[in-house]
Amino acid sequence: MSIQSPLARARGLGSAKDGVGHWWAQRVSAVALVPLTFWFVFSIAAQAGSGGDAMIVWIASPVSAVLLVLYMAAVFYHSQLGLQVVVEDYVHHEGLKLFTLLALQFANILLAAGAIFSVLYIALGGGR
Amino acid sequence: MSTSSNRPLSPHLFIYKPQLTSIMSIAHRITGVLLSMGSAVLAIWLISAALGGSSFEAVHGVVSAWYGLVLMFGWSFALFYHLCNGIRHLFWDAGMGLDIETAYLSGYITAAAAALLTVVAWVVAIF
Repeated sequence: MSIQSPLARARGLGSAKDGVGHWWAQRVSAVALVPLTFWFVFSIAAQAGSGGDAMIVWIASPVSAVLLVLYMAAVFYHSQLGLQVVVEDYVHHEGLKLFTLLALQFANILLAAGAIFSVLYIALGGGR
Repeated sequence: MSTSSNRPLSPHLFIYKPQLTSIMSIAHRITGVLLSMGSAVLAIWLISAALGGSSFEAVHGVVSAWYGLVLMFGWSFALFYHLCNGIRHLFWDAGMGLDIETAYLSGYITAAAAALLTVVAWVVAIF
């Protein structure tokens, strides 16, 4: 038995109006985050306590810089997709829901842009 | 609509006995929300590294203080839990391991793997 209503089945898109696009994007970003997270956590752990200057040198190395940019992009994309679902599940006031979703999306994009630009700035020798 | 009465209902949480599977399910969501906050701290750490000087020292000071380390420990466990349970979810999405016995087994494996990875990461960090 399908749990979809006949109308939903006819439209084929579900209540979110975009079909399985959101669901799929969350899985794709999740798969990308598995190796990136292992790399990130164990890289940070390996040089814990080595001081701020060593961290800057690590961020600036080409491999770390590229992987950090990818990691930050995947993290904030996945985070946005997940938080969106949480808000849609628990916030039932339409106006408040729209406001919260907009605020979260802007915040995640701002944090992603800030983090990615910062990595590139350090890697390309800015401020030195 | 006539078919609407046949559609499944959500469980009524407050009269529902907690199970490993349901606790791990809501823990996945809670750790996800906490990790979003952790990611914001991570972004602020990178931005302060780009700004350099006193702002980087300030953030680095908070991160290496005892309360920063306690938060980082909690963050690392939340991260490994969400990671391992996320992999469990991906298997479910592929239609694998959905029977109750396997769901419990993968639940115990997930919890143990998250704890083990957290310990390993901190052993690497400290030694």
